[in-house]
Amino acid sequence: MGEIMNDKKDQYILAIETSCDETAVAIIKNGNEVVSNVVASQIESHKRFGGVVPEVASRHHVEQMTHVLEEAFVKSNLEMESIDAIAVTQGPGLVGALLVGVSTAKALAFAHQKPLIGVHHIAGHIYANQLQEPFTFPLLALVVSGGHTELILMRDHYDFEVIGETRDDAAGEAYDKVARTLNLPYPGGPEIDRLAQEGVDRFDFPRAWLEEGSFDFSFSGLKSSVINTVHNAKQKGETVEIADIATSFQSSVTDVLVEKTYRAAEYYGVKEIIVAGGVAANSGLRSALLDRFDSSAIQVKIPPLWLCTDNAAMIGAAGMVAYEKGYRAGWDLNANPGLDIEMYSKN
Amino acid sequence: MDEQLINTHTPLETQQVARKLGYLLRPNDVVTLTGDLGAGKTTFTKGLGEGLGVKRTINSPTFTIVKSYQGEIPFHHIDAYRLEESHEDIGFDEYFTDGGVTVVEWPQYIEHFLPEERLNIEIKKGQDDHRQIILRPVGRMFKHITKELFR
Repeated sequence: MGEIMNDKKDQYILAIETSCDETAVAIIKNGNEVVSNVVASQIESHKRFGGVVPEVASRHHVEQMTHVLEEAFVKSNLEMESIDAIAVTQGPGLVGALLVGVSTAKALAFAHQKPLIGVHHIAGHIYANQLQEPFTFPLLALVVSGGHTELILMRDHYDFEVIGETRDDAAGEAYDKVARTLNLPYPGGPEIDRLAQEGVDRFDFPRAWLEEGSFDFSFSGLKSSVINTVHNAKQKGETVEIADIATSFQSSVTDVLVEKTYRAAEYYGVKEIIVAGGVAANSGLRSALLDRFDSSAIQVKIPPLWLCTDNAAMIGAAGMVAYEKGYRAGWDLNANPGLDIEMYSKN
Repeated sequence: MDEQLINTHTPLETQQVARKLGYLLRPNDVVTLTGDLGAGKTTFTKGLGEGLGVKRTINSPTFTIVKSYQGEIPFHHIDAYRLEESHEDIGFDEYFTDGGVTVVEWPQYIEHFLPEERLNIEIKKGQDDHRQIILRPVGRMFKHITKELFR
């Protein structure tokens, strides 16, 4: 009684992501519900001092792909015929790795006569948030990971403008290098985050604000400053309180990330902030962002950790929006290791 | 020995040398870049990209291993640091032969995937901002390019 009948059929996207270390497949329902999400991490067994040897070779993706695909279908209780479209990460990433995903998607789409959609990897990270809540435009996405630190303005779906980015190291890379200098176990980011809760910010490490009005970032000076501080102390035979280094370093990183995000948000008059990428898991960054925007009308959205790292669910979320907009890739879809997000959104 | 030396005194000067080299490089050329942390490998790569017409910000590929850009021709920036114990092919030939220019940092980790003919560059840190750029071309064309750079 009184209920409006919705006769719209459920729509399912099969999504594939192989841009770097991970072979991932997901099935997404109506753009916002994760039916299955399988990630075969290729980095688990190859730890060495302060780092990981990545198994990024195409061969590893090829070996994993059929298993991951099969598991995604088994977990979903769906058959290929229920799938409405196939979305795949087209770039950026490693060309050999990308090609495995793209070839798989093309073969499946061709064999089963399904529409094919190419997705930008970073667009995927941003759209991961739509698995939680729909976007409100204009929005500002802060993308922070080992390989990226970018501020991306979106005035509408599939409208991306890079308004700031790192000129040298990504925030996650700085975390990793500092962790290595402090001889912390891998992965270093969470370890620094944990130690940062215990120390005192007494080193006053540099904060790179760059030119007036710039929304770009720079973390290599900070990284060098931390490394020098640790080395100098060692040479003088002094003991450095690792927790104090971690606290000072983390507050330098978060100060700049948060303040630049805030200024850009004000400048462009956005309605919400989306945080994306692996560093979004950092508790120092989360609380600093929420504090800074506490008295503001701008909403801050941070996805759960499993959506921050590389996965295919995010590709499905981005793919669904593209599907609804009518974007279709041809059979000539190719891996594009240098795919530019601004150019991508114009196509 | 066809080794050539260039002395620079500021990061801007280093970037300008790299930009000029960018003008001279041809499709499918590979340049290796070695030097200590803070020697100016990133500065050099930014200059090279500029010379090839890349408009985007060139930043660190350490985590992603490769970052690719579109200039007048494609420009690939490889950091093989994370591949030290890997010995795996990540599709290097796709980069070296797609009509673009590739710069490789930490080339010693992927030595057997690199083309024989290439331009090896070392940047040595001196006092303050003083740098010594050492060019070691392998192959006739790279020797020619190195000579051109000094004109």
